Amino acid sequence: MAANSSEYIQHHLTNLTYGQKADGTWGFAQSAEEIQEMGFMSINVDSMAWSVVLGVVFLLLFRAAAKTATAGIPGGVQNFVEMVIEFIDDITQSIFQYKSTVIAPLALTIFVWVFLMNAMDLVPVDWIPELALLMGVPYMKVVPSTDPNITMGMALGVFGLVIFYSIQQKGAVGFFKELALHPFPSIIAIPINLVLELVTLIAKPLSLGLRLFGNMYAGEVIFILIALMFSGGLGLLFAFGGVLQWMWAAFHIIVITLQAFVFAVLTIVYLAQAHDVDEH
Amino acid sequence: MNMNLTLLGQTATFAFFVGCCWKFVWPLVTSAMRERQEAIAAGLQASEEADAKLADAANHAEVELAKAREEAAKIVDAARQRASQMVEEAKADAKSEGERLLEAARAEIGQEVNRAKENLRGQVAGLVITGAERVLQDSVDASKHSEMLDKLAAEL
Repeated sequence: MAANSSEYIQHHLTNLTYGQKADGTWGFAQSAEEIQEMGFMSINVDSMAWSVVLGVVFLLLFRAAAKTATAGIPGGVQNFVEMVIEFIDDITQSIFQYKSTVIAPLALTIFVWVFLMNAMDLVPVDWIPELALLMGVPYMKVVPSTDPNITMGMALGVFGLVIFYSIQQKGAVGFFKELALHPFPSIIAIPINLVLELVTLIAKPLSLGLRLFGNMYAGEVIFILIALMFSGGLGLLFAFGGVLQWMWAAFHIIVITLQAFVFAVLTIVYLAQAHDVDEH
Repeated sequence: MNMNLTLLGQTATFAFFVGCCWKFVWPLVTSAMRERQEAIAAGLQASEEADAKLADAANHAEVELAKAREEAAKIVDAARQRASQMVEEAKADAKSEGERLLEAARAEIGQEVNRAKENLRGQVAGLVITGAERVLQDSVDASKHSEMLDKLAAEL
């Protein structure tokens, strides 16, 4: 464990970053300053790896169920998978009224994947980072959704789909008209409309990604703060910390599910809006 | 907040996972679910039809049973009638037979009586002759007096 509280917290909130150091060599950053110097051309290896691992877990689990899926009586895994799929399918059909086969699988991927990433928050905060330290890895942030790169990366993907479907459904001209002639349907008002509508458009992925990041980051920070109580050794504070951690984890189960659900539902809503052609 | 290549890496990973889910997971599971729904619907319909058939069969059986019961009652009735008729006939037969036998017996008795009378008459005639012979102390010429004796015998 790090020498003092602020270092401890700092350590827990720093990603394992790979990039080109100031002296021109490539490698993992050993301090926050080095990460700053690397700039954009670097990659958070821990976030990326955990995100991929969890995505693969999701795919393997659901693929295993899909391969053995029969019309007969579903057992164990298949039952669970079908429950999740039916849940997502119902929500998709109630929000998204257009014909598209990609929306529901997209929402399913987002829901389960984000849920798994958030669920890493429930692993006691010291376990994996300390293990990594023992193996000589300087930093290890295990909750990918507390990394804005991860949440914004997904929001960016959703944003790309919103743009794609807007142009596919309304044509480039129709999409531009929608941006330029709302909310004031007048030629004179085009600059104002464009500013307003573009802000609305950009706000979608920003709010989508930052909401998830903010919630998970805050939750993670609180877990770290609670974990600080254990540094005083066995005692009253230790016991109190244990109770607090348990309570926060129980509450967090709701938060991680809710945030995964919100991300998936908002994605469906944005894509439904991209299909909407409202004339007024 | 250090934005870096992770952003684009995650977007690419995201696209890959969504694609995999879209191609290799979603269609398989949903088609299995749809198949099951259809199978269940078909099963429910079949059970409804079977129920209707069962009700039909029960109705049919009821009707058949009632028919059979009626038939049996008819047969029993007829048998009873026939039996009483036979008893009546037998009674009548027995009665007439009895009367016939009685008649025959009576006729026989009459004959017996007549025969006995004839016998007695013969014996009486003999006794009378013997008596008369004794009375007359003389032999009566049977052939001479037979006419008179016969008359006497007839009078007895």
